[in-house]
Amino acid sequence: MLIPCPLCGARDSREFTPKGHASYLDRPAEDAPPQAWNDYLHLRENPAGDTRELWFHGAGCGAWLVVERNTVSHAVTGARLAREVRDAG
Amino acid sequence: MRYSGWQVLAQGIMGNRGWRPAWRDPAPKDAYDIVIIGGGGHGLATAFYLAQEHGLTNIAVLEKGYLGGGNIGRNTTIVRANYGLPGNSEFYSHSLKLWEGMEQALNYNVMHSQRGIINLFHSDGQRDAYARRGNAMINQGDDAILLDREGCRKLLPYLDYEQTRFPIYGGLYHPRGGTARHDAVAWGYARAADQRGVDLIQNCEVTGIDIEGGVVKGVQTSRGAIRAKKVAIVVAGRSSQVAAMAGMRLPIESHVLQAFVTEGLKPCIDHVVTYGMGHFYISQSDKGGLVFGGDLDFYPSYAARGNLPMAEHVVEAGMTLMPMIGKARMLRSWGGIMDMSPDGSPIIDKTHVEGLYLNCGWCYGGFKAVPGSGHTFAHLIATDRPHEAAARYRLDRFATGRGLMDEEGTGSQHNLH
Ligand SMILES: Cc1cc2nc3c(=O)[nH]c(=O)nc-3n(C[C@H](O)[C@H](O)[C@H](O)COP(=O)(O)OP(=O)(O)OC[C@H]3O[C@@H](n4cnc5c(N)ncnc54)[C@H](O)[C@@H]3O)c2cc1C
Ligand SMILES: [Zn+2]
Repeated sequence: MLIPCPLCGARDSREFTPKGHASYLDRPAEDAPPQAWNDYLHLRENPAGDTRELWFHGAGCGAWLVVERNTVSHAVTGARLAREVRDAG
Repeated sequence: MRYSGWQVLAQGIMGNRGWRPAWRDPAPKDAYDIVIIGGGGHGLATAFYLAQEHGLTNIAVLEKGYLGGGNIGRNTTIVRANYGLPGNSEFYSHSLKLWEGMEQALNYNVMHSQRGIINLFHSDGQRDAYARRGNAMINQGDDAILLDREGCRKLLPYLDYEQTRFPIYGGLYHPRGGTARHDAVAWGYARAADQRGVDLIQNCEVTGIDIEGGVVKGVQTSRGAIRAKKVAIVVAGRSSQVAAMAGMRLPIESHVLQAFVTEGLKPCIDHVVTYGMGHFYISQSDKGGLVFGGDLDFYPSYAARGNLPMAEHVVEAGMTLMPMIGKARMLRSWGGIMDMSPDGSPIIDKTHVEGLYLNCGWCYGGFKAVPGSGHTFAHLIATDRPHEAAARYRLDRFATGRGLMDEEGTGSQHNLH
């Protein structure tokens, strides 16, 4: 798999560490009820098809990315800086 | 027909004309007492034990593909009871005992071979961890022997003991561990369930679960609607999709696990051996192929095939441990869809819907669990009470934080197991 890092260009997936679904960006408030934390930490949509995930470019620029990927074909269709995705809401 | 040595002889003399299909191919009926979704090892074993132990036979197993086409026919066939934590310990112990009586119970040769498993360790800390695990196994009533380096050398003379980076200090030996023929396990349970009246329905994909007023009423399938008093979800890597049909979100991610096999060779590896400092474990099949694997690719996948980085890692680790395998040519590699839970342990439980039961989260270790899972899941479905050997496999343990079973000690979150 090649991942198109917005800062470094298309790079081998070995340079990256996958973290999990991009819903990790929607961290509940500290006083959110336990159920919200359970949702956030454990429950997953786990899609068979298109998905959005956090990948860390550890052996490259060190940025966190939101990668668009297909879990059935393994096709990678895009990547944006996670910070930009989060700030855009 | 009862299978036996005599039968093989007699059929041989008569030109093998008397063999019959091992199970029927029935059309689905309109209604059953129990519908089991998923004809993998766990689904088939559940049907068998419902019939055998609880006398329930008005049952259908619905399989979207063919029996044995999922992980049950894709794994590296290791059977063991060397878990350390309460919950897992008693469950896998229970499962191994069922393995030991399986061929007689099913009248089927699953080629269960208790050739022994050796988990190698490469540091003092790892030795302590394995000593502790071995004691947990012995306390559970199972077998464990801590081998030093010389003890390992006697059993495994072909390893590279003097690797500069990770020299081998010894191994935890579990003599009752071993392997079995994976498809034969599916076929054996299928045949035995069919003989007891269970309908095995292939090419029948479940597309919806009918629920009225919080009570399950049946399923929608590619072969029409089927009513049922009880429905059991046991679909391994597809658990999230099927549970979503009942409005559930599960604590499951589906990941790819790869495996590899070489050309057939003369017997050279007599046990199952696992490397303690890289993702690599190996055994030799009865056909002679060296069967080996490693760890997940670590990204969610439904492709049933992996990528080269993990293949490269596994082969590197193998070459480090036993340089002799460099002479063997690799024949095939493949992958399966693993239902990964946050703590790496499974779920066998009721759901919020009355009459709907869930069995999932087997991660990369559900082959050895097939009889134990089928047996305890059948008990839950038949009696509505958990079997004591699986009572800790609760679905709510992630929400409450009580009773997590993080066997690897890496944390109870996705992507850590
Ligand atoms: C490479 C690899 C190596 C492994 N090695 C080991 C090992 O050494 N030891 C060990 O203990 N475990 C091992 N495992 C894990 C083990 O294989 C699995 O945990 C176990 O087989 C899963 O249970 P199952 O047999 O019921 O799954 P499956 O055989 O996958 O059964 C699930 C079935 O559900 C069906 N299904 C899905 N959706 C639907 C639907 N909507 N309608 C109808 N049917 C549906 C599927 O088609 C499938 O046949 C390994 C797995 C892999 C992939
Ligand atoms: Zn980068």
